Amino acid sequence: MKNLLTIKDLSLNIGETKILQDIDLEVNGGEILGVIGESGSGKSMSALAIMQLAPGGAKINGSIKFKGEELLKFSEKQMCELRGSEIGMIFQEPMSALNPVKTIGEQVAETVLIHSNVSKREAQQIAREVLERVELPSDEFPLNRFPHQLSGGQRQRVVIAMAIAHKPALLIADEPTTALDVTTQAQILKLLEKLVEEDGMGLILITHDLAVVAEVAKNVVIMQNGIVVEAGETLEVFSDLKHPYSKQLFAASNHVPKRVNRAKPDKEKPVLRASNILRQYPGRGGSFFKKSKPFTAVDKVSFYIAKGENVGLVGESGCGKSTLSRALLALDIMQGGIVHLDGETISAGKGANKGASRAARRKMQVVFQDPYGSFNPRHRVEKLVAEPFYLLDDPPRGIERRQRVEKALIEVGLNAADADKYIHEFSGGQRQRVAIARALIIEPALIILDEAVSALDVSIRAQILDLLAQLSDKRGISYLFISHDLSVVRAITDRVLVMRDGVIVEEGESQSVFANPQHPYTKQLLGAVPDIEKALAARRMQQA
Amino acid sequence: MLIFTLKRLVSLLFSLVAASVVVFFVIEIIPGDPAALMMGISASPEAVEELRQQLGLNLPIWQRYFTWVMGLLQWDFGISYTYKTPVSDLINDRIWVSLPLTIYALTLSTLIAFPVGIIAAANRNSKTDVGIMGATQLGIAVPNFWFAMILVLIFAVSLRWFSAGGFPGWEIGFFAGMKSLTLPAIALALPQASILARVMRSSLLDTLSEDYIRTARAKGLSKRQTLWRHALRNALIPVLTIIGLQFSFLLAGAIIIENVFFLPGLGRLVFQGITQRDLIVVKSVVMLLVFAVIVVTFIVDIAYGIADPRLRGNSVRGSAGE
Repeated sequence: MKNLLTIKDLSLNIGETKILQDIDLEVNGGEILGVIGESGSGKSMSALAIMQLAPGGAKINGSIKFKGEELLKFSEKQMCELRGSEIGMIFQEPMSALNPVKTIGEQVAETVLIHSNVSKREAQQIAREVLERVELPSDEFPLNRFPHQLSGGQRQRVVIAMAIAHKPALLIADEPTTALDVTTQAQILKLLEKLVEEDGMGLILITHDLAVVAEVAKNVVIMQNGIVVEAGETLEVFSDLKHPYSKQLFAASNHVPKRVNRAKPDKEKPVLRASNILRQYPGRGGSFFKKSKPFTAVDKVSFYIAKGENVGLVGESGCGKSTLSRALLALDIMQGGIVHLDGETISAGKGANKGASRAARRKMQVVFQDPYGSFNPRHRVEKLVAEPFYLLDDPPRGIERRQRVEKALIEVGLNAADADKYIHEFSGGQRQRVAIARALIIEPALIILDEAVSALDVSIRAQILDLLAQLSDKRGISYLFISHDLSVVRAITDRVLVMRDGVIVEEGESQSVFANPQHPYTKQLLGAVPDIEKALAARRMQQA
Repeated sequence: MLIFTLKRLVSLLFSLVAASVVVFFVIEIIPGDPAALMMGISASPEAVEELRQQLGLNLPIWQRYFTWVMGLLQWDFGISYTYKTPVSDLINDRIWVSLPLTIYALTLSTLIAFPVGIIAAANRNSKTDVGIMGATQLGIAVPNFWFAMILVLIFAVSLRWFSAGGFPGWEIGFFAGMKSLTLPAIALALPQASILARVMRSSLLDTLSEDYIRTARAKGLSKRQTLWRHALRNALIPVLTIIGLQFSFLLAGAIIIENVFFLPGLGRLVFQGITQRDLIVVKSVVMLLVFAVIVVTFIVDIAYGIADPRLRGNSVRGSAGE
């Protein structure tokens, strides 16, 4: 259908703040429109405006025409009839998008029940068919499953099933794959493409990932600060980016930090040498009398990190990469194995906190994913950054402490005066800089970066990667860079470890592993990563 | 769900055994001689010795514990020192006042709190919400004995709808009995309902900001439908916790209200037992209350399991990847 949805001059204000300004966009049936933007660009708010689910107090002007009818004139009751039946929506967080106390069958059937006059049994039947369509076969995923019994990807399929159960003409997907692993992402995207093709449904795919859009979308809209900066047919737009912001975004998403004056990592002097790390959890099930088989999260893993070397650890969720990092940090016990860290030892079998001495702990620091949750909101930055000093036998005090904190803040690109601020006064990228300053301050030999840039927008992510590269080059700090984002790992690491089911299946120089993967699993992982250049080349082929 | 229930049941039995040990040892062993304590400073040594014999205090300690537990199991708590009658008779008389009163008050409190809390949450920051929050604040602040006296003045003294106090017994009929418990139940329910309504409101508001509520709205459910179908059950866990705590509190904690209305309840029995140093009564009633608390906790645990499938525990895990 032509002109399924036409948005003209859409503006949205909350109080005095202009969230959206003069947005124009158009979706046809059977087509995918990619909406690209970073956080704060207004891409999600546009979606909520279409559904008229924008937060209370939002003032909307302009025109949203769906199938020729003006949605902004619809009453709440009319919108309720439209939502779910004509326009479906999928959200980013599959883990929390489902009601935990209702079965997946009930939740999918509900969409049908509220929009059509069918019996409960018929609705259940439809729910079963829809779940089959999203590739959740009923013998493996009966209707009486609860959301917590499913993985993230499976839950996202249920959310999609709910959204398409009543065969809507338009589907809005807001970052539907951002929280998922690359292989799951590829499957979900394929599923969405299939649904668009088979049902002639229009799809608005909102994402921060240019490569995803390049792969699947017919048309693209790039947004910044509530304004559409570029729009058009995907290949045309990507082949000739005009707006400076789109160019910057494109550059940032392929950003590889420059390495300068770097001492070559010395393999003879490993900073970290881990041998046969074993971490098992007591198994589920089993009975009172019979012990169940333990679940092995990390299975006798051995590896090393040389001085100044940046090592990547990649794998899908549940592969044991975070468990391994927790064991290295002695935040968790190990059942076997030993870690040598710059002359200190962390051994197995002792309780967390006892496995590592203070001497070992001061050799390593960690930066986590969540720049919001990893700080105490009631402490000033000076206190937050100075925290690792307690690991030193003779910690600096008073003016000296202050000076060290200021030095660390300047080193990560912040100001000395920031030491007096609270963490909520910073943006996400700045918070991650504070986290890096905190890790740096006791000059550790190794910093573990656990998904440290995963929550950041691409342009901020590029800046943080530059900072990390620069610090490692200047000071010879080693990194263990844990991430599910393969392009980031490729950009910053020298060597990469690929982990699956608690075992390292492939290891080697990053460039050679990414260019020429050996293990089938690595091939599968890399094959699932969306690639702009490849996608655009394929489109050119098609046109020619 | 069956395994979940059985597990809870096992933990219930362990709690009961542990509680009986604690109650027994705390009251019986420390400090000093229970017999001397019960008879007071002026008692002659012969009298104390006689009481020791009577109480079986000269027997080995484990034997006394098992005799006591075996007695408990047969609803035999021994003979009260002050009342000179079996403690079980004393308890039997009172529990049929305290238990119905507790259930009555708790039912009232729940019946008031649920709609009030839901209305407040559904109309957040409206005049209704502000009014309800103010009223519940008042309900918590007002001492219940004062409220009880106001109730007596209005409904018993002026209007003469209810009697001002006392309990005629269930012999005169169920409704007549309930009628005499009505004023005390209202007095007890008011602060509890206020607390419960506030918990209900804040729990619902938390739930209403969850992602799955937005999903439900995107499906086409109206605000009201989302609240009833998706938010309410998820908001119940904290509410159930509070209801469980209130039951335990009301069962023994109604001493003041029992006194205001001259009701022969368990609260007064414990109070008299303590003032008259009748350790046999105290020990038995305390054990009985502990039993009630543990059973209620068990019921609340089961209710958790019904409300939230994630807590049932023995679930099949989905495969981690796809």
